[in-house]
Amino acid sequence: MGKIYNSAAEALDGLLFDGMLIAAGGFGLCGIPENLISAIKDAGTKDLTVASNNAGVDNFGLGVLLQTRQVKKMISSYVGENDEFMRQYLSGELELEFNPQGTLAERMRSAGCGIPGFYTKTGVGTVIAEGKEVKKFNGQDYILEEGIIADLSIVKAWKADDTGNLVFRKTARNFNPPAAMCGKVCVVEVEEIVPRGSIDPDHIHLPGIYVHRIIQGEHEKRIEQRTVRQREEA
Amino acid sequence: MAWDRNQMAERAAQELQDGWYVNLGIGIPTLVANYVGDKDITLQSENGMLGMGPFPFEGEEDPDLINAGKQTITELSRTAYFDSATSFGMIRGGKIAAAILGAMEVAENGDLANWMIPGKLVKGMGGAMDLVAGVGKVIVIMDHANKKGESKLLKECTLPLTGKGVVDRIITNLGVFDVVEGGLKLVEMADGVTRAEIDSLTEATLVN
Repeated sequence: MGKIYNSAAEALDGLLFDGMLIAAGGFGLCGIPENLISAIKDAGTKDLTVASNNAGVDNFGLGVLLQTRQVKKMISSYVGENDEFMRQYLSGELELEFNPQGTLAERMRSAGCGIPGFYTKTGVGTVIAEGKEVKKFNGQDYILEEGIIADLSIVKAWKADDTGNLVFRKTARNFNPPAAMCGKVCVVEVEEIVPRGSIDPDHIHLPGIYVHRIIQGEHEKRIEQRTVRQREEA
Repeated sequence: MAWDRNQMAERAAQELQDGWYVNLGIGIPTLVANYVGDKDITLQSENGMLGMGPFPFEGEEDPDLINAGKQTITELSRTAYFDSATSFGMIRGGKIAAAILGAMEVAENGDLANWMIPGKLVKGMGGAMDLVAGVGKVIVIMDHANKKGESKLLKECTLPLTGKGVVDRIITNLGVFDVVEGGLKLVEMADGVTRAEIDSLTEATLVN
């Protein structure tokens, strides 16, 4: 059984159920699994908990699943730039668990590595530490954070070979590898599927052992903040 | 005359030492990059990059290349990319020499609040909690007082904390302050600013 599927809907077939936990890669709108998000919207799966650094913007990225009210809870570090998110959160329609960004990344990575929890200094003395075990190491306080195991990981990479070896591009790598690692099943969308052997094994960012299903998709790659500098006059 | 945004950034750049890896926050801290001069400074962007370059020329924006403020940027010959878990590994692991961040409030014991105003503004802490817990030196750049003229250097923070006892140095439009035993120590005054002005706009205890 190969890992390559023809469409996002086909790649998600049999994997979606109401109330599931999904880990999504991406930072802002950079390196997000656009096609898989659309397919989840079309599938209408409800009461989702989504672990993702951000929640997209109103009409793009994970924002589309908020508009359709398919998300029950977000686990995120930053949710600015999304009015519908703010509205649903402040009115109590949407649960939000704020995680410091590094804690969120490590919760995904560690769970994927079979480490169910870890101690970190991040958040000590803040609301993040409330209700969490505190342990001293070398005289300093650390709090216990638990790993996240997702029912499904949705990930965007630049290239994959048919065995699922992945290469990412520039800062679009971000949360994609840790998100991929923490899923019981990981579905990846890429810009290009290349023949096995065409990626130098030394240049693979994430080995195919973490990847179960792959699709090639079209990507809009919207820019959130277009900033430029002027060329100096000669 | 108090310092303007650029003068505050220029003053903050003096804190950076040759060879340092540094993380700059969003807003005024971003301007610090314009004043590092000849110093060999590598900027980290916590979304997964060391060696952050300037904004691209128009037409050369790459949606796969952004900074932590989601702005389009460029790479340099020294640039390295990595995933978010690795990025915060180097932050938490103390490999980043300094972070320069904005703030809503700083207390005299070094407590920092910069991520939310309950009931009003809910954006999230992003990487700020990890940065202040992990980097070598935390430098805050902010206006000395808020728009109502109330001190942002307080005896105790009123907003939810980003970190407890984490701030080392504060650069405001009025001067430079260090967090020391018993309160804040005035290190330097902006040109033309008087001690009386600073006293009147500072709620935190100033120690000599």
